[in-house]
Amino acid sequence: MIRARGLNKWFGEHHVLRDVDLDVARGEVVVVVGPSGSGKSTLCRCLNRLETVQRGEVVIDGVPAPLEGRELAKLRADVGMVFQSFNLFQHMSVLDNVVLAPVKVRGASRTDAEKSARELLERVGIGAQADKLPAQLSGGQQQRAAIARALAMTPKVMLFDEPTSALDPEMVGEVLDVMTGLAADGMTMVVVTHEMGFARKAADRVVFMADGQIVEQGAPAAFFDSPQTDRARDFLAKVLTH
Amino acid sequence: MSVLLDHLPELWQGLLVTLQLTVASFVGAAVLGVLVTAMRVSPVPVLRALGTAYVETFQNLPLLVLLVLVFFGLPEIGIKGPPMATAIVVIAVYQAAYMAEALRSGVNSVSKGQAEAARALGLTFGQSLRLVILPQALRTVVQPLGNLTIQLIMSTALAGAISVVDLTEAAKRVNLQEAQPIAIFVGSGLAYAAIAAAVGYVTGRLERRLVIMR
Ligand SMILES: Nc1ncnc2c1ncn2[C@@H]1O[C@H](COP(=O)(O)OP(=O)(O)OP(=O)(O)O)[C@@H](O)[C@H]1O
Ligand SMILES: [Mg+2]
Repeated sequence: MIRARGLNKWFGEHHVLRDVDLDVARGEVVVVVGPSGSGKSTLCRCLNRLETVQRGEVVIDGVPAPLEGRELAKLRADVGMVFQSFNLFQHMSVLDNVVLAPVKVRGASRTDAEKSARELLERVGIGAQADKLPAQLSGGQQQRAAIARALAMTPKVMLFDEPTSALDPEMVGEVLDVMTGLAADGMTMVVVTHEMGFARKAADRVVFMADGQIVEQGAPAAFFDSPQTDRARDFLAKVLTH
Repeated sequence: MSVLLDHLPELWQGLLVTLQLTVASFVGAAVLGVLVTAMRVSPVPVLRALGTAYVETFQNLPLLVLLVLVFFGLPEIGIKGPPMATAIVVIAVYQAAYMAEALRSGVNSVSKGQAEAARALGLTFGQSLRLVILPQALRTVVQPLGNLTIQLIMSTALAGAISVVDLTEAAKRVNLQEAQPIAIFVGSGLAYAAIAAAVGYVTGRLERRLVIMR
């Protein structure tokens, strides 16, 4: 579904992605972990070209990601993204947030889009909040609304960049539950997270990044129980003692 | 006071012209201002440069010079418009530069995440701007836009220079006959103040309503 080859990215002098190759199969859930600053977010954002790479290529569902314009917009419509800071559109209701892109990008009718939006909001457990403004919702509810907004485009892939890092601890679970449900339904997912419990439970594969490189990857059980590299062992020792 | 009453028809006519100038050039300035703002935040470098050049040019020219230049200069190269239309276009073009500057600061105050989320959903640049960024940007700049509108009302008083008989020009003409500058200009000044107050009132109402929605 995703095929990234030889991704290289510099921010000025800073080489943030170094020859990153990543393949994600249809229905696969890949969890990306690694220390802060290792390039996880950047990798995630390069997959839908919110960031451009200086070298390398991303192919989504057999189509090389176009450089710009309408073609790129079309590609992004098929790749859902969930941000750490939710980024719900502040000036419109939760329902309108979910309805906007299906109507404006896919050309769906308002009635149909609203019907499926309400279903999606029910599915993520916030059907009762549909007519409120984002600012009136808790963080966990906002993130679930953001997931519903992305799902409304019936994306082929969902990208999550630390979806629970901005949440109060008691709200992390409700968001992870929604994501686990999605994974179980066969959604193709790339998830950057520090939630190792989620990685163990929901991931098909864990990718460990450090210094802009993929240092190690494997099935969650293998990765957590017997990491092969010192960097990974080090990292796991730090995060798992908390 | 009686001098105002004696010349009420001319002054009233002048006030109507002032209102026409204000409304028409406001609409023009708003539309152009949004376009220039879109250019200035667009991903295309040429458009950005053009937008910046526009703002820099018109912010650095006196409106009176521009009015006179266009009205008396363009006929030299074969373009001639009636005074009223010329005044509306020139004032709109001029004020658009200031509106664009205010709107851009509004756009900058909208968090980058909003634009990213819009793009990530597959909205084009134009759609993100129109549906997501500008509606939020506008909320933050209601007050400056209101002030610019008041400035626009005042600048319509320059239209007399190209023989548009607006309120100020009408007052000048009445004064030539009657030589009672205090009564005549205090009277017309009050009319300007009343229009400005109305704009200020609408701005205040709008701002209070929009704040609740943020
Ligand atoms: N817009 C930017 N401009 C300059 N440098 C950046 C930019 N975005 C990220 N970086 C740098 O690139 C490196 C990788 O950043 P990235 O956000 O991808 O790391 P990360 O693995 O997601 O870290 P974290 O766990 O803290 O989110 C960091 O050193 C960061 O400082
Ligand atoms: Mg990050």
